Amino acid sequence: MAQALDVLSWILLLGGAGFVLIGGIGVLRLPDLYTRMHAASLTDTLGTLLIIGGTMVQAGLTLASVKLAAIAVFLLLTGPTATYALANAALLAGLLPRDADMPEDLPK
Amino acid sequence: MARMLLSTEPIMRILLTLLLWFLAWLLWSGMYKPLLLGLGVLSCLLVLVLSLRMGFFRQDVFSLHLVWRLLPFWGWLGKELIVANLQIARIVMSRRPAISPTVIKLDALSPDPVGQAILGNSITLTPGTVTVDDHEGELLVHCLTRELAESLQEGEMNRRVAALGKD
Repeated sequence: MAQALDVLSWILLLGGAGFVLIGGIGVLRLPDLYTRMHAASLTDTLGTLLIIGGTMVQAGLTLASVKLAAIAVFLLLTGPTATYALANAALLAGLLPRDADMPEDLPK
Repeated sequence: MARMLLSTEPIMRILLTLLLWFLAWLLWSGMYKPLLLGLGVLSCLLVLVLSLRMGFFRQDVFSLHLVWRLLPFWGWLGKELIVANLQIARIVMSRRPAISPTVIKLDALSPDPVGQAILGNSITLTPGTVTVDDHEGELLVHCLTRELAESLQEGEMNRRVAALGKD
């Protein structure tokens, strides 16, 4: 039983690490700020969730698991807010998405 | 500050919120020494000052029925998250990433600011789509591919978020 839980938590942790790695590769490969933010959100979402899930399996049914779940909820609530602040600041500073289809009536 | 508090803010709600914050502090900390309890009280008061400055207590932001509807919505969003994560991971790792960046305007079906914030954040949370602006319910969304933009315009997420706020 303990071994099965260990295997499960390792699968979750390695899966999370994989998504963090792919997110990092994406940030390097994609062409501009806006497209790179899409890659970074892999790290924010499944990467984080799988790693927290893996640590929760290790912690079992304890207060530590409740705290980890709360951390996951807070990250999922604040992550997109920070991303929005970054994207909005870039747009207001006049950085336009490269090679993107824009709505016609948007002032260039 | 004191005058503003007495004249316009609902005292009972503020006291109840303070109590909840302090209980949360006790739960997270788990240590009951005078120093840590004092720091907890100070933190709660500091958060109260910031919330008052934000006008947090002047509008009904959280109601209980929203919380109950959020749980099934989060379940649906979680499924969307997994699908989108795999999709973007495949694009990133392909030999020549097939991207067609597209910016679209999306009219939020939800009339209130909280619903629009939930919609904007849900869009951003899903990999492949990022909300870059919200002007009075008109969201500007940057999508990594044209297909993602089209599926967003079909509006399932928009409808689900709007349904959260219906009475």
